Amino acid sequence: MTEHIVSSFDTDLKELGRRVVEMGGQSERLVADSVQALVKRDSELAQKVIVLDGPVDLLQREIEEKAVLIIARRQPLAGDLREIVAAMRIANDLERIGDLAKNTAKRVLALTGEFHPQKLVRGVEHMSNIVLEQLKVVLDAYATRDQARALDVWQRDGEVDVLYTSLFRELLTYMMEDPRNISLCTHLLFCAKNIERIGDHATNVAETIHYLVTGQLLTEERPKQDTTSLTSVAFPA
Amino acid sequence: MNFAPETSIDIASAVNRATAPSAEPKLKVDKLNFYYGDNHALKNINFEIPEKRVTAMIGPSGCGKSTLLRIFNRMYQLYPGQRAEGKILFDGADLLSKDLDSTVVRSRIGMVFQKPTPFPMSIYDNIAFGVRLHERLNKAQMDERVEWCLRKAAIWEEAKDRLHTSALGLSGGQQQRLCIARTIAVRPEVILLDEPTSALDPISTSKIEDLIDELKQEFTIVIVTHNMQQAARCADITSFFYLGELIEVAASNEIFTNPREARTRDYITGRFG
Repeated sequence: MTEHIVSSFDTDLKELGRRVVEMGGQSERLVADSVQALVKRDSELAQKVIVLDGPVDLLQREIEEKAVLIIARRQPLAGDLREIVAAMRIANDLERIGDLAKNTAKRVLALTGEFHPQKLVRGVEHMSNIVLEQLKVVLDAYATRDQARALDVWQRDGEVDVLYTSLFRELLTYMMEDPRNISLCTHLLFCAKNIERIGDHATNVAETIHYLVTGQLLTEERPKQDTTSLTSVAFPA
Repeated sequence: MNFAPETSIDIASAVNRATAPSAEPKLKVDKLNFYYGDNHALKNINFEIPEKRVTAMIGPSGCGKSTLLRIFNRMYQLYPGQRAEGKILFDGADLLSKDLDSTVVRSRIGMVFQKPTPFPMSIYDNIAFGVRLHERLNKAQMDERVEWCLRKAAIWEEAKDRLHTSALGLSGGQQQRLCIARTIAVRPEVILLDEPTSALDPISTSKIEDLIDELKQEFTIVIVTHNMQQAARCADITSFFYLGELIEVAASNEIFTNPREARTRDYITGRFG
């Protein structure tokens, strides 16, 4: 798109977009680190995640203030207005993603010293790899204003839901097998839920990118396959 | 770039999306071309203005929007060398036809200008002057008419105690509201507003915008404005003109969030080089 007659408007918008990208990078890092901390039982890394969620919250507030100021000063319209609305919405999702990563990290600390069979963690790790990939693609799609890639992310979230449902069943089964697993499995279940929610926020970002680029809201219902609310596992005998 | 408005603008659907299904076109511009001598100022304009709605016309200076407004009011006929081709149907009659009496046209299609233009006479007579040209009213009826239109134009409270003092003593915003009152005093069907608030402070502007909202219950309003936000706030439909062409017409909700034409987008977001 050509530049504005008022060049400081372009500077403002670019700066806003740059902040969102920066915040995206930081939240992505938090998610990756929180999963690493969980898999490796690294409480030092978990501590770091908890501390580094602060700057992400701060960035969100900065983006919001900046966006409000641009609206007040420039009365943006059309694509410019969508640009600003998108920045605010994406910053919100990224802030939530940071919180969810922080919550996972806190659970790592709670699990210190617990019995920790690796096979239980594998499922969570596998799911996080997919969610991290989704997050990476959607942030790239924002940086390049690539609506098609954003839509891919939006459509692929179903996979995460399916994985989460099967993980839910698996963890329930482990708990039944051996009560010593209950504490760990419950925490893992919450971690899995956190990661699944991060996936949902990634699809929110995808929806926002679609709106930013096309000006249309995605009105279709997203394919949802998280059926854990309806799932129960019978206790053997 | 060659641009054919009638093929690329779906006016009917834009109007339908913006308005209730019953909104009939009050004015229908059909293949209108307009010339100032050799200067081709409006090029093949096709455009409908729905009844009892606010239609905004935006575009850079010299794009032809004020010209179109003046054609609706037949002002161009005052000047030799200016001519219009095509048709403008107003309730079925062609506004461009010489058979129509300009005075009658102007009583049915009123106009308010950018600068307030009160007559150098009392507030009361500013209103009564135009009414006397068209109607014979007794004193009581005239008093009633003056109060009615001053109330409608939201200036009654400020003017009621000084009706017989000069209108030139009013502030700019009050003068503009008086001019609107004067316009609606003859009970026109269409009100044309040519940048009615460009010389006013924000409070007077708000009052006039509030008034526009009120007036559209009864009148068809066409407003030319350079203030994008004003068009977005007041108008149901917005049309964008550029270099004598009608580029895009759409519901204001759409044109200001998601315009279809690149030139519209560049103009409303301040990107015109």
